[in-house]
Amino acid sequence: MGGIHPAENKLTHEVATKVAALPKQAIFPLGQHIGAPAKPVVQKGDKVKVGTMIAEAGGFVSAPIFSSVSGTVFKIDTAIDATGYRKPVIIINVEGDEWEESIDRSDKLELVAAHPELTPEEIVKRVQNAGVVGMGGACFPTFIKLTPPPTAKAECVIINAVECEPYITADYRLMMEHADEILVGLELLMIGAKVTKGYIGIETNKPAAIELLTKKCDEKFNIAGSKFNVEVVPLKQRYPQGGEKQLVDAVINRQVPAPPAIPVNVGAIVQNVGTAFAVYEAVMKNKPLFERYTTVTGKKLQNPGNFLVRMGTPMKDLIDACGGMPEGDNKLLAGGPMMGKALTSVEVPICKGTNSVTIISDDEARRKDAQPCIRCAKCVGVCPMGLEPYLLAKLSEVKNWERAESEDITSCIECGSCQYTCPAYRPLLDNIRLGKSTVMGIIRARAAAKK
Amino acid sequence: MSKLIVSLSPHAHSRDSIERNMYGVIIALMPALLASFYFFGLGAVIVTATSVAACCFFEWAICKYILKRQQNTLLDGSAIITGLLLAFNVPSNLPIWIILIGALFAIGVAKFTFGGLGNNIFNPALVGRAALLVAFPAQMTTWPKIGQWDTYLDAETGATPLSIINSAIRMGDASLLEQLPSSFDLFLGSSSGGAGAMGEICALALLLGLAFMLYNRIITWHIPVSILGTAFVFSGLLHLANPVYPDPFTVLLTGGMMLGAIFMATDYVTSPMTPKGQLIYGVAIGFLTVVIRNWGAYPEGMSFAILIMNAFTPLINNYVKPKRFGEVSK
Repeated sequence: MGGIHPAENKLTHEVATKVAALPKQAIFPLGQHIGAPAKPVVQKGDKVKVGTMIAEAGGFVSAPIFSSVSGTVFKIDTAIDATGYRKPVIIINVEGDEWEESIDRSDKLELVAAHPELTPEEIVKRVQNAGVVGMGGACFPTFIKLTPPPTAKAECVIINAVECEPYITADYRLMMEHADEILVGLELLMIGAKVTKGYIGIETNKPAAIELLTKKCDEKFNIAGSKFNVEVVPLKQRYPQGGEKQLVDAVINRQVPAPPAIPVNVGAIVQNVGTAFAVYEAVMKNKPLFERYTTVTGKKLQNPGNFLVRMGTPMKDLIDACGGMPEGDNKLLAGGPMMGKALTSVEVPICKGTNSVTIISDDEARRKDAQPCIRCAKCVGVCPMGLEPYLLAKLSEVKNWERAESEDITSCIECGSCQYTCPAYRPLLDNIRLGKSTVMGIIRARAAAKK
Repeated sequence: MSKLIVSLSPHAHSRDSIERNMYGVIIALMPALLASFYFFGLGAVIVTATSVAACCFFEWAICKYILKRQQNTLLDGSAIITGLLLAFNVPSNLPIWIILIGALFAIGVAKFTFGGLGNNIFNPALVGRAALLVAFPAQMTTWPKIGQWDTYLDAETGATPLSIINSAIRMGDASLLEQLPSSFDLFLGSSSGGAGAMGEICALALLLGLAFMLYNRIITWHIPVSILGTAFVFSGLLHLANPVYPDPFTVLLTGGMMLGAIFMATDYVTSPMTPKGQLIYGVAIGFLTVVIRNWGAYPEGMSFAILIMNAFTPLINNYVKPKRFGEVSK
């Protein structure tokens, strides 16, 4: 249903991942996942190592945060994060590179068969304790997804390897460079979720990854005596296919109903390839989540590339490693051009969900003036949720919240396809977001009043 | 120091624009325009030029002097389309002063009283035509024969295929239909002695325009296919029941059927927003056109059918919703 085909601009597809240099100072926002912010467990002046927990989970829906560097806690303060606001952070001055001894730093591939202690509960516990969250950008704590509510029953794990955002190639590089680890991660996810069926959804613009993973899955899972069956599903390119609901629909042909339903209500647990890799490292290597694959890209950037980055590294360091910020006016994005957040500062650090640092330059960075809606209906045609963006935007403009609610504004996934396609350059999603958050507030207030 | 630009996502755009769509429609109208020049000669050139120039002038003048808008919508191409379509709907011997009145009605009354581009309820060109038909019934219903290269006001007029059909039905005499040109001639527009409105004479040229617009995704298939399909099936059944009603191929190839289905009913502003709504709209137009042609006062029903359904478009938009993702069919 719906969808668009934005220019791919995958400039860094064949650029092998480099290890990013250590920053001088690392910044750790306490709220870099969905849910309650983490609570600091270190104080100014404390010595930390790579992998030391610096903040614990601040509630059930939350995740602990680990230091990615060794050094001294400089201060617990506020700094501008991806939202543009000053938020609580822990800042650590980097000294050397000393790791916690409990972390297995070897390259040896650990297999599940050698670890009989890995019960589903043990896997979920380790994933929780390592602070693993969804690495595709949404940052929902992974252990919660693995323990669905009693009303739903998981039937399969779907690995999201779609990477339908333009520019970003971090997941692709990870697949090409660490396919074995990802498959062990998938195995752990399947054990943790108590299912035996797995899928890997990949768009057909990544034929090498499809071939590689199909071969590896056939050798590892799809053999006589294997408990598991994993299917690599090549998908026709279409944005926003990497959206959770869209992917479940594309892979197992089931549509997740409107909120509050989630994918597991139709039997699917969706995890990003980066998350599968993080799960492998957390469970098998005892390595908490403190580094990730990130693409640093832009048409005017001198040497765009893919990096293995310690979280907390300011974006400026990475941009400088790629030749520095291009001349002229730029838009700096955490994420890709369709759903990424425009940043107000180059000092914003890489977080758990930062899959890309994208720089859009000059004219592409500016919006054109909006013209009158000509009712061409193209926004209706591309909406992947079957909504009418022109109508929702208008209802938000005139503050008709009741009608906006009855027109299902809360189903909007904010993919931006409508605004991308609008020939009149109307700020459709801006208005819909405003309406959506207002309507969600009204719904919450109503629910609270009932209690 | 260079700036960081901040806005909400999405940060990419398809680079589609109003101009691209409007000028796309204009390109799609070119085969039909050339056909009208070929068949109606000098008259067609004068009528088209007058109509386009008048529509553009009224658009510019109203924007600038009456509404005093900063952004003048003259160049977006929509006024040119209205001018072309108005010209396509009138006889090629229509005096200039009548065309000017039609253009004023189209742009001034039908478009700008509602707020200009994007806000009009009725198709401007059709409102212009309807106004002229009511005000100047004599001039608007005498149609020059084709093949008169160098005539304008003094062109020799003749019966259109639709008027032949109309009298056949009224007299209940199916033999009158034998005067009709063959379907093949109607398709090319080359019927000897045929007459009609400028833009509707050559179905082939209009279909070329349709193919261009579909290929460039300016419009979708829903409206033209549902109109033509409904008209074909409905008139086919009537023809089988009573041969005084013309055969369905003739119905599709005569009068404003093709022009209306391809260029007039598909007007963005006045047609429904959802594919399902567009199908309802198209089926209703196809049905109403045949009804008006066969049993109404006028030989041609296309433009009235479209105007009637224009009025229903807000209602259709209100009740016909796309299938929501994840919605369980009731």
